[in-house]
Amino acid sequence: MASASRAATPLLKDELDIVIPTIRNLDFLEMWRPFFQPYHLIIVQDGDPNKTIRVPEGFDYELYNRNDINRMLGPKASCISFKDSACRCFGYMVSKKKYIYTIDDDCFVAKDPSGKDINALEQHIKNLLSPSTPFFFNTLYDPYRDGADFVRGYPFSLREGVPTAVSHGLWLNIPDYDAPTQLVKPLERNTRYVDAILTIPKGTLFPMCGMNLAFDRELIGPAMYFGLMGDGQPIGRYDDMWAGWCTKVITDHLGLGVKTGLPYIWHSKASNPFVNLKKEYNGIFWQEELIPFFQSVSMPKEATTVQKCYLELAKQVRAKLGKVDGYFNKLADSMVTWIEAWDELNPPKGGVATANGPPKK
Amino acid sequence: MRPPSLLSLTLDSALLRIAHIADLSHLPDHLVIDLFRVEKVLKLFLATGCEEIILAVQLLNIKQPLKMSSGIQDSEVDIVIAALQPNLNTFFEAWRPFFSRFHIIVVKDPDMAEDLKIPTGFDLKVYTKADIDGVLGASSINFSGHSCRYFGYLVSRKKYVISIDDNCLPAKDAAGSTVDAVAQHMTNLKTPATPFFFNTLYDPYRKGADFVRGYPFSLREGVECMLSCGLWLHNADYDPMTHVVKRNQRNTTYVDAVMTVPLGAMMPVSGINVAFNREVLGPVMFPGLRLRNEGKHRWDTLEDIWNGLCAKVVCDSLGYGMKTGLPYVMRSDAEAGKALESLKEWEGVKVMDDVLPFFQSLKLSRTAVTVEDCVKELASIVREKLGPKNAVFTKAADAMVEWNNLWKSHGAHHA
Repeated sequence: MASASRAATPLLKDELDIVIPTIRNLDFLEMWRPFFQPYHLIIVQDGDPNKTIRVPEGFDYELYNRNDINRMLGPKASCISFKDSACRCFGYMVSKKKYIYTIDDDCFVAKDPSGKDINALEQHIKNLLSPSTPFFFNTLYDPYRDGADFVRGYPFSLREGVPTAVSHGLWLNIPDYDAPTQLVKPLERNTRYVDAILTIPKGTLFPMCGMNLAFDRELIGPAMYFGLMGDGQPIGRYDDMWAGWCTKVITDHLGLGVKTGLPYIWHSKASNPFVNLKKEYNGIFWQEELIPFFQSVSMPKEATTVQKCYLELAKQVRAKLGKVDGYFNKLADSMVTWIEAWDELNPPKGGVATANGPPKK
Repeated sequence: MRPPSLLSLTLDSALLRIAHIADLSHLPDHLVIDLFRVEKVLKLFLATGCEEIILAVQLLNIKQPLKMSSGIQDSEVDIVIAALQPNLNTFFEAWRPFFSRFHIIVVKDPDMAEDLKIPTGFDLKVYTKADIDGVLGASSINFSGHSCRYFGYLVSRKKYVISIDDNCLPAKDAAGSTVDAVAQHMTNLKTPATPFFFNTLYDPYRKGADFVRGYPFSLREGVECMLSCGLWLHNADYDPMTHVVKRNQRNTTYVDAVMTVPLGAMMPVSGINVAFNREVLGPVMFPGLRLRNEGKHRWDTLEDIWNGLCAKVVCDSLGYGMKTGLPYVMRSDAEAGKALESLKEWEGVKVMDDVLPFFQSLKLSRTAVTVEDCVKELASIVREKLGPKNAVFTKAADAMVEWNNLWKSHGAHHA
């Protein structure tokens, strides 16, 4: 049986930045070295800026602490969270690359069922470089994968797909559960390797986890604001959720795709469920209001760019969620600040950059 | 932010200390009752499966949250097999370990002249052309080819139907164990579906999985699953063009997941390996769309695809769910050369490009509250909106109305 020669996945080493938020250390990078070393890292140091974060030798990186964030954004720095991994979105803003991969510092290389190490970054790149299919569900999942295709009944007019904006990966070992579930099932581990990537259908919302996530910054970057979390905020552990709901509404409107499934990483650390419960407490109740809100958002035709969509979303957050809690008025303000900061640091090509270049260490 | 209520403070406190509470006996009864009256807290405690807690809940006479389903009995299931080939010995012998507990309905393709060969030892009834004509008399619905199995749905008297094509054998999973497709379909149908929000760990009711962080608690009850669409290893269900272009491609990827197809998302339901709640969904499980040159190969048909789209619209409208994924069956090769022949006259391309936009924009009225009502409304919209594009749609609308009548007179009975 003749098999077509498989084209190698491009490395994209000059087009992709890896953004890592950290408050402890970056030892986990040693395990990722074979896969990450070709790439540029953007490290966002949360917490005490006077602490020195040691980066393992041999990596090309830029590192930002709170002082850098304050200096670079001035008053706009208020939109970047403190004492929460939500601060990572600062990394998205300062990156100059087309693609972003973000990973938590307690995530390690997983093994596939054959025992082979999973190159998560390569799979994310494959996901981003092949189209998505949000308008009709393909029962054999990603039709562009080797060995798969569109099934009978799949309209031919839809087989080109749409550009993929987001690739959402999963986690073996410690699953991403909320605090109540962690309390009830403290010993549950995710051992099931589901060998699939699929497009999340248009109009369907999902819980986007920021632990193992890649996206096309040029297509969707400004929507990846991880909100106001952590110190001084009434909510935590909903940063990636918030970004995911905003992103999905915007990708649906702009005709872009979101994929979920492979690759898996190995999530090693279970955070304290009682601490998590305190952080999530408001979120658990507020999400009951948030989901109907996002499900009923409609974007005007004139919202043709991500920024325009996002600002429209901020308007609707203020109008409809302000009455749920005053926090959402603050959040709507910071959503606007985020876009202002994004546009300032990412002027349209040919425009003059008003911010200093990132510090090279 | 509203100040916390006494109850919420108590809940906070209790949950904080849950790991240290070895027993609840020192708590005054009225506090425990109040705590357990909050359904979310009650579910948390019951989910631990701890005997003492379950006993305490019963002793305190606290109403337990309703369980979705207690299980499907074997006697509630019919297995419906469309016989498109005469020799079914290999098929039934291979499926014997999984079929033998159930009542089986075999419907012989009315166009097939040869006698059927079926091994003994099954609780099995065969229906032939004579039965179809005898029961239905003159019906405008054409039950030949793959459509013959719908006759089986009509005469079944069970709550659930599982239907597998006669060229499919049990598959092996990634560990090499033989898959009990029947049991997996039953599990899919008896556990809730979750169409309102996508769970990134797929089916949250599977052992070792759950709802992930960010999944709204109010949506975690799920809805009743009405249809389970399984998959195929080896010879996948492709259209004839793909069969020709990728004649050597075989599906070898075993995806270990079941998932709910979200609300509003349309999908191609393949009739090769499917199970459904006949009691509820029967009126919409019809052979509606018949291609002009429908043949005996699956790629010559779209009847199941049309059926599935209608069923999905109805499920979305009435608050039911549909699942896809496991179980797999092993589907044997068809002669790829035949696909080339089918291509010449294949109108499937044109038809699906008209069909999908239609279904995507379809919204049934709120007054259609039963499946029959939905089908009636659907049929008239099909006739009005799609009929003008292609006569095949007008015929489909006719078939849907006819099926509704047939269901009323022959199908709407239960054991």
